[in-house]
Amino acid sequence: MNLDIALWLSQDAITNGAVYALLAIALVLVYTVTRIIFVPQGEFISFAALSLASLQAGQVPGTVYLLIAGGILVVAADSVGLPRAVALQRLPGRLIRQMALPLAAGGIAWWSASRPDDLWLQIVATLAIVTPLGPMVYRLAFQPIAHASVLVLLIVAVAVHYVLTGMGLVFFGGEGLRSNPYSSLSFNVGVLNVTAQSLLIVFASVTLMAALWFVFERTLYGKALNATAINRTGAQLIGVSPSFSGQLSFALAAFIAAISGLLIAPTTTVYYDTGFLISLKGFVGATVGGMASYPLAVVGSLLVGFLEAGSSFWWSAFKDSLVFTLIVPVLLWRSLATPHSEGDERQ
Amino acid sequence: MSRREAPALLVARDVTVAYGKVAAVCGVSFDIRLGEVVSIVGPNGAGKTTLLAGLMGLLPLRGEVERFGKGAVPPPTVEQLVRAGMGLIPERRELFATLSVEDNLRLGGFDRWRQGERDGATDLANIYALFPQLRERRHQQAATLSGGERQMLAMGRALMARPKLLLLDEPSLGLAPLVTREIFRIIDRLRTEGVSILLVEQNASAALQLADYAYVMESGSFVLEGPAAELARNERVIEAYLGLAPVEGPRKLQRETAKQQV
Repeated sequence: MNLDIALWLSQDAITNGAVYALLAIALVLVYTVTRIIFVPQGEFISFAALSLASLQAGQVPGTVYLLIAGGILVVAADSVGLPRAVALQRLPGRLIRQMALPLAAGGIAWWSASRPDDLWLQIVATLAIVTPLGPMVYRLAFQPIAHASVLVLLIVAVAVHYVLTGMGLVFFGGEGLRSNPYSSLSFNVGVLNVTAQSLLIVFASVTLMAALWFVFERTLYGKALNATAINRTGAQLIGVSPSFSGQLSFALAAFIAAISGLLIAPTTTVYYDTGFLISLKGFVGATVGGMASYPLAVVGSLLVGFLEAGSSFWWSAFKDSLVFTLIVPVLLWRSLATPHSEGDERQ
Repeated sequence: MSRREAPALLVARDVTVAYGKVAAVCGVSFDIRLGEVVSIVGPNGAGKTTLLAGLMGLLPLRGEVERFGKGAVPPPTVEQLVRAGMGLIPERRELFATLSVEDNLRLGGFDRWRQGERDGATDLANIYALFPQLRERRHQQAATLSGGERQMLAMGRALMARPKLLLLDEPSLGLAPLVTREIFRIIDRLRTEGVSILLVEQNASAALQLADYAYVMESGSFVLEGPAAELARNERVIEAYLGLAPVEGPRKLQRETAKQQV
C-alpha cells in the first residue's frame, strides 16, 4: 500500500465515519436518557433515504401514511383509560395537536412530489415525515413500559425494528433506490479526487454535532435531557417526566437518523433493510464509548470508518464482519479497564 | 396563634404505600395546613421515606389524598404534582452530579420556564441570597460539594419551582451539628415566607423544636400525634426519641417564646 491508496482510503474512512459518528451520538443520547438501545434507528435511515428517492420519482412515499396512522394511534393510546366523557371532551384538542404535524408533513410531501426538481423542498418533506415518527414510536412502543428493565426494552426495540423493516418493504418494495446526487462537482487535491458529495457529508455531520453540542450545553431543554440521563428521579422531581424526555430524545434521534439517510441516499443504493447494517456500525462506534460518552462514540465511529476502509482494501470479502469483530476487543478492554459497576437499573 | 385552624393544603386519609406486596405504610391519616411545619418523627425503617415517596407520586399509593383542596382520579404523576406546587427534597438529594450548581438550580425552575414564566433570574437571585455558599460555588459541579452544600442545593433546586408545600426527607442526615442548625434555620424562614413543610426527621429533638404539629411513626403507622411542643414533653417520646437531655430544656423554652413572637 502506498501513500496514494492510504489517502484515498482515509477519505472513504472519514466520510463513512462521520455518518457513523452521527448515528453513534443518537444511540448514546437515546440510551442514556431512556435506557433503550435504539435498534430501529436503521429503519429511520432507510425511510429517509427511500422517501427522498420516492419524492424525486414524483411519488408520495408510503411513510406519509405511516405517519398519519401513527398520529391516530397516539390519540387513541392517550385516550385509553380515561372516563369516556373526559376522553371525548379532550378528543378534538388532542386530534389537532397530534395530527397537525403529520398532516402538514403529508401536505408538504404531496406538494413536493409534484415538483421533482425542487431538492430543498424534498429534503424538508423527508425530514418532516421521518422526524415525528420518532416520538410516535416512543409513545406507542416504549412509554407504556418505560420502567421495564434494559433487557425488556431491548427486546421491544428489536421487535419494533422488525415491524418497521416490514413496513419499509411494503412501502418501498424490495428494489433498491438511489436518489440524485446533490452535486457532481469534484476537486483534485494532489492525487486525491475529492467529491463535493463527501465534503458535504463531513460538513453536515460536523455542523450537526456542533448544533447538538449547543443544544445540550446552552439550552434548558438540552440540559433537561442531560439531567434525565444523569438522574432519573431528580429529573422527575423538577417536573421532567420520562415521557417528555423519551419523546424529545426520540425526536432528536429520528432527526439525526433522517439526516444520515439523506446524506447517504445519493452515495449508495438503499434497500428497505439497508439502514440496519449502517446503524449497527454506529452502534459499534458507540460501544467504544461504553454507550455513555459522546466524544468517545465519535472517536469509535471514526475507528470503525478506518477499519472498514482498510479491510475493504485488504480483505474486502470480510469487510463487514471485521468491523463487527471490533466489538470483541472493545468489550474486553472496557470490561477490564473500567471498574465494575452496577448498571443504573434504579428508576 | 394556632396554625391548625388554617386551611388544609394536604389531607391524607387511610393512606397505604407498598413496595410490591409489602406495605411499608399502612393506613395513616394526617393533614398539613397553610403555613405549617408538620413533622413526622420515628425510627429508621418506620416507613417515613416511603410515605413521602407515595405522597409525591413516586410510589403507588392507596387511600384518599386531597392536595390543595382537590382529590384526583387517576392519581396525579410526579410532574403534575410539581406543577401543582408540591416539591420533594429526598434523602438521597438526587442532584445532577455532573452539572454545575447553577444548572442544577436553573433546572429546578424548568417546569415554570416551560410554562412561559421568565422570572427564573429573580428566583435564582433569591436562592443565592438564602444560600450564599451556593453563589460562591455556582460554576462547580454538584458532585464536588460537601454534604451540607448538597442539602442546600437540593433545597434551592426545589425552591426554584416556587412550591407551596415542601416535603423534606431527613434534611439533617449526615450533616455536622452546625450545618444542621443552619438548615433548620432556613426551614423556619421558609415557613415565614408562606411555604408549608412536611418534615421527616430522625433527629427528633430538632424536628419537634421547629414543628407546629407532629406525628410519631412506628412500623408503618402513626402511634402518637399532637402539637410539637406537647409531644416534646410526652414521656414516651422523651424516652424513645429525645433521651434525657437536660440541656434541651431551657433552650427549647427560649425557642418556644421566640416563636410566639413571630
